[in-house]
Amino acid sequence: MTTVSASVRTGQATSFRSVLSEWKDVIGYGLVALIGLIVFGLRTDSGVSTSFQISRPDDTVQVPSFSVPAQPITLTLAVILFAFAGYQAWAKLRGASVGVWLPIAYGVTFMAALLTWAGAGRENTNVAITGMLVSGVFLAVPLVFGSMAGTLCERSGVVNIAIEGQLLGGAFLAAVVASATHNAYLGMLAAPIAGALVGMLLALFAVRYWVDQIVVGVVLNVLVIGITSFLFSTVLSDNTSLNQAGAQIGAQGGVVIQNLPIPLLSDIPILGPVLFDQNALVYVMYAIVIVFQIMLFKSRWGLRVRAVGEHPKAADTVGIKVNRTRVRNTILGGAIAGLGGAFFTVASQLAFSKEMTSGKGYIALAAMILGRWNPKGALLAALLFGFADALRIQLGVIGSPIPSEFLAMLPYLATIFAVAGLVGRSRPPAAENIPYKK
Amino acid sequence: MRSQKGLDVKLELRGITKKFGDFVANDRIDLTVEPGTVHALLGENGAGKSTLMNVLFGLYDADGGEILVDDEVVNFVGPGDAMRAGIGMVHQHFMLVHPFTVAENVMLGHEQLASNRLLDIDAARRRVLEISDRFGFNVDPDAVVEDLSVGAQQRVEIIKALSRDANVLILDEPTAVLTPQETDELLDIVGQLRDSGTSVVLITHKLREVQAVADTITVIRLGKVVGTALPTASQSELATMMVGRDVTMAVDKPEAKPGDVVLEVTGLTAIDENGVTTLDDVSLEVRAGEILAIAGVQGNGQTELAEAILGAVRATSGSVTLDGEEMLGRSIKSALNSGIGFVPEDRTVDGMVATFTIENNLVLDLIDQAPFSSHGNIDVEAIESNAQDKIAQFDVRTTSSKATAGSLSGGNQQKVVLARELSRELKLLIASQPTRGLDVGSIEFVHQQIVAERDKGVAVLIVSSELDEVMALADRIAVMYHGKIVGVVPPSTDRKTLGLMMAGAHQEEVA
Amino acid sequence: MSAAEAKTETPENKDRSDEARSFFRSVVESNGLVVFLAVVAALVVGAVLVVVADKSVQDAAGYFFSRPTDLFSAAWTAVSDAYVAMFQGAIYNLHADSFSGAIKPLTNSLTFSAPLIFAGLGLGVGFRAGLFNIGAQGQVILGAILAGFVGFQFHLPLGIHLALAVIGAILGGALWGFIPGLLKATTGAHEVIVTIMLNYVGLYLLAWLLSLESFQAPGSNNPKSPPIDGSAQWPKLLGDNYGLHWGFIAALLAAWGVWWLMERSTWGFTFRAVGANPSAATIAGMNVKLTYVLVMVIAGTLAGLAGGIQVLGTEKALTTGIAGSIGFDAITVALLGRSRPAGIVAAGILFGGLRASGPTLQVQAGLPIDIVLVIQSVIVLFIAAPPLVRFLFRMPSPRLVKEVTA
Repeated sequence: MTTVSASVRTGQATSFRSVLSEWKDVIGYGLVALIGLIVFGLRTDSGVSTSFQISRPDDTVQVPSFSVPAQPITLTLAVILFAFAGYQAWAKLRGASVGVWLPIAYGVTFMAALLTWAGAGRENTNVAITGMLVSGVFLAVPLVFGSMAGTLCERSGVVNIAIEGQLLGGAFLAAVVASATHNAYLGMLAAPIAGALVGMLLALFAVRYWVDQIVVGVVLNVLVIGITSFLFSTVLSDNTSLNQAGAQIGAQGGVVIQNLPIPLLSDIPILGPVLFDQNALVYVMYAIVIVFQIMLFKSRWGLRVRAVGEHPKAADTVGIKVNRTRVRNTILGGAIAGLGGAFFTVASQLAFSKEMTSGKGYIALAAMILGRWNPKGALLAALLFGFADALRIQLGVIGSPIPSEFLAMLPYLATIFAVAGLVGRSRPPAAENIPYKK
Repeated sequence: MRSQKGLDVKLELRGITKKFGDFVANDRIDLTVEPGTVHALLGENGAGKSTLMNVLFGLYDADGGEILVDDEVVNFVGPGDAMRAGIGMVHQHFMLVHPFTVAENVMLGHEQLASNRLLDIDAARRRVLEISDRFGFNVDPDAVVEDLSVGAQQRVEIIKALSRDANVLILDEPTAVLTPQETDELLDIVGQLRDSGTSVVLITHKLREVQAVADTITVIRLGKVVGTALPTASQSELATMMVGRDVTMAVDKPEAKPGDVVLEVTGLTAIDENGVTTLDDVSLEVRAGEILAIAGVQGNGQTELAEAILGAVRATSGSVTLDGEEMLGRSIKSALNSGIGFVPEDRTVDGMVATFTIENNLVLDLIDQAPFSSHGNIDVEAIESNAQDKIAQFDVRTTSSKATAGSLSGGNQQKVVLARELSRELKLLIASQPTRGLDVGSIEFVHQQIVAERDKGVAVLIVSSELDEVMALADRIAVMYHGKIVGVVPPSTDRKTLGLMMAGAHQEEVA
Repeated sequence: MSAAEAKTETPENKDRSDEARSFFRSVVESNGLVVFLAVVAALVVGAVLVVVADKSVQDAAGYFFSRPTDLFSAAWTAVSDAYVAMFQGAIYNLHADSFSGAIKPLTNSLTFSAPLIFAGLGLGVGFRAGLFNIGAQGQVILGAILAGFVGFQFHLPLGIHLALAVIGAILGGALWGFIPGLLKATTGAHEVIVTIMLNYVGLYLLAWLLSLESFQAPGSNNPKSPPIDGSAQWPKLLGDNYGLHWGFIAALLAAWGVWWLMERSTWGFTFRAVGANPSAATIAGMNVKLTYVLVMVIAGTLAGLAGGIQVLGTEKALTTGIAGSIGFDAITVALLGRSRPAGIVAAGILFGGLRASGPTLQVQAGLPIDIVLVIQSVIVLFIAAPPLVRFLFRMPSPRLVKEVTA
């Protein structure tokens, strides 16, 4: 018998409180569904409609735009939200666990309702669906890379809060190398190096010196901000040729990152442009997610990594090198996040500017948590957040009653819900943030 | 050095020495394990048995001496080397990854790959079933380890070792967690392993097991080999070798004079977070001036019982009254203030704050009471003088009252916890595994304190998985099995009966 | 280890704040020499950056082989310019005409240090209770919002106005600390994530508020509030020539208060016990969940007060950047000060000085303030890893006492 876990030790729990905590996820889903019903469903003017535009002007297959009566749709979507809450309750009663798909689908439905409500009755504006989805995938890129990096590290037992710094470092190095070599792809190749360097520092302090991993991560983020901002204000402003935007590189005859539509696949209505008319970084991202998912759960490497993250002592006793695994994963994770940083500069045709990652690294962390430390789940969660971002921009275009600052808060609020267990149980690897000492 | 199935392997340790700082855990130990034998390594807690095996298994580097496999010196850099040489180890604390399946745990570290370079789970499944069937383990390769019983998890550990073609299997205190019935099953398995050519090193402090199954016995005390013996040696001979002097577990205590009922537990039921019923309609009573000992193998609800009375574990139904007052649903603080003293079973985790000073630990649950504080303001001098008193009274060996509690030895730590709980006027003292991990001198001291408290008129409830302690201290014994009180018997009851009760046999079935 | 344990001992069974304890053991064991050397090492790293970025050094590197000494003298000039500028900006202005002008930098440093001390105290209380409150930034913002609102919206007599504004700061910070505390106590949500998220929520909340007319200075569309009423401002400590105000004294008082709380009050005893070993604290009858909530509220309150200092004493208006980098700086202050009030005051003044030197760095040495971020981060990293400092400076390691298993 080991010590009774803190959750069982209640000392003075009434049965009401324990019921509340048991059912908090269903209650959470239900409450938000209720809000959705009241705000989106009931406060939509009846009789107006929302127009959705599916195809963009230069899509190969043109799907006509359509209008839907706003209120019936929002009401239906609100009912679907309740249905999700009901499913969670039903599964709970059966003792089954619910996959990551539920909170994701819930989020998508919520956003659809939000969109329909916001676009209701606006005569001359269409909600551009495909464009929104395309930019949703695009905006999700750093989040996907970041959450993959986070998962890679945390599955082996190292908390990686430094994703933000790894993204920023990657963005910086990508811009500088691209400008220096007049080749944005070379910049993209260089980006992982910066991330790996940050990863090495994280590994050094966390694995070798047993410093608390959260503290190291937070400090590393600021260190990277400090170094990149410093260099930006000094070296880069003295030598602007080292920090050029895509347009400038292109103007000088250099190679710029462009969309590379995959023939045939990119012509499929809606999904085609969204998934298959993106740039090289996005395609690399697909590959990484797929490979990672397979490797983590079906390969020898993945089994050992997960063992190290759950029970390092057990792994050690069967001859697995715990700390070496952790160091390797941390550096590799850093490199992946660094590659994601290329999104901000070379893949977006922008020059580097101070603190340009603006907190995306933390949202990537959130996606990892929401996705329950699975590559597949993290991808879905990152896409959800990407779409939320695209939604915010779209609402800015068509005009919406909700201030954009509140929409910007959504991913952060969603994360708080996730860690509070309001979207179902989410358990991190057991040996996380515990240095392995022999 | 590759191990080969079926080939008997001779293992020899010569002059092994291992130090931790100034502390010598193993002092020039010689040990020879002949092929196909069961070699018992007998010693008390802290004698150095586990350290020796960790050296053998490559988890520690020896500071001196050598290991020979089949008369060749080998150097194990890590467990991998040891395993390749044919040595397998089943640790006292299982090395199983909980979210993994049995097959995944067994294959970890020597995974077989399929033609697509990914894990060959089917091959692993087959291997598990093969070994499981050979010994009748009845283990499902796809079961998640988290969901298995303790006995089943142990069998998974054995399969793990055997799947690596172990020629020498080291079992570290394997029966600590088993019921007597499961222990017999395990000892059978040990015999089977021996008969099939595998040598077994059995680390234990339990004399009966050693006599039941060992071919040779090496006794270790305080890091040194005291001698070897045959299983025909008498228990008292072996015990003397183990502890170095004649050991009488019996505690010198006067006759108990029980008074009124102080603690009354009625129909107490508790269900844990996994839905397992840990306490099943438990009823008992303890009178002032008597010691009621709860006997049973660990994991049968004793811990939950003690903690439910304190209020640390939530009961779903039933009642607990102290001098007639209902205690269920009250906070731990109010339980303590009502006159309950609690000595938890895991003192380092639950009993004290290792980084706090001894002084502060002595007032851990008293800080908001006079004289230690008034109006929220702490009186440092009062705490200091209290510490001086208690350190003297309980003979706590320390350089200063301001040393951290973590710097004390186990015995002294337990004294601090006891001193703290006994500083209050108590109606009921609950002590869980009060002498676990303590040296003989401290065990005697703690027992004396417990009896002294009883003679003051306090009702005492102790929980112990050491049958000897139970039989020595108790005025009455209650045996728990699977969350139920199986029976309440006098301490004069013989061991066999108690063992059967601990294994769940009804009293009527006891011969 | 004990003889009989039925289930596997896995890391799951250990409380997550185990690692906080080992971290703090390592911080606590670092002695003054290590701290000093960490600062030295950080200054060296800073120097390297300065040298790399300096134009004349880069030029001199171009013709290194013909005139090698130029490189070294350019490097030396760059570094000394930088650190002299820091000194002049933080402590003593050698070029000033009078003594009163000369010590102005020092007063600036103290002014900057006041919010850092407050926020650092808050974080320190959290750390000692085992809570990783990374949310000082958000708590500062909320405190600033409420304090600022009271400050510019109402016109009340002197003394009362300031008191009410300070109460606003307390409420704002307390709320932003209460949320993660409550979530941790009721749902077990890890406070690191929640507080980081709340930082951003607070930031966006501030941005939104400053886009409202009611929060903007009349006649302007800028996201800047009307100026704080004079009756709500912290009175100056040394007269109008200096920026130093009574907020600094308040910070010192708060430090004393936190010392009493943590070392001499039963509450603080409970906080420390919970931080060191929540299991033992529970068995000793302490209410761990209530502790989490209380600690976070106190931490939030202190950080909120920092926001109040900023808006009512230093900036005198509410802007989007009101919190600056106080949130992160406070983490470094708390870590450097080893979560103890005395250390936090010292660390607060040190980092306040670094901040105060910003403008002078820019003007005199042409360097952006970001170099300060680098120095701060490196100091903290080295503080957190005393073995690294010892390794770099070839110091002997202290005697280790290894765990004994039989």
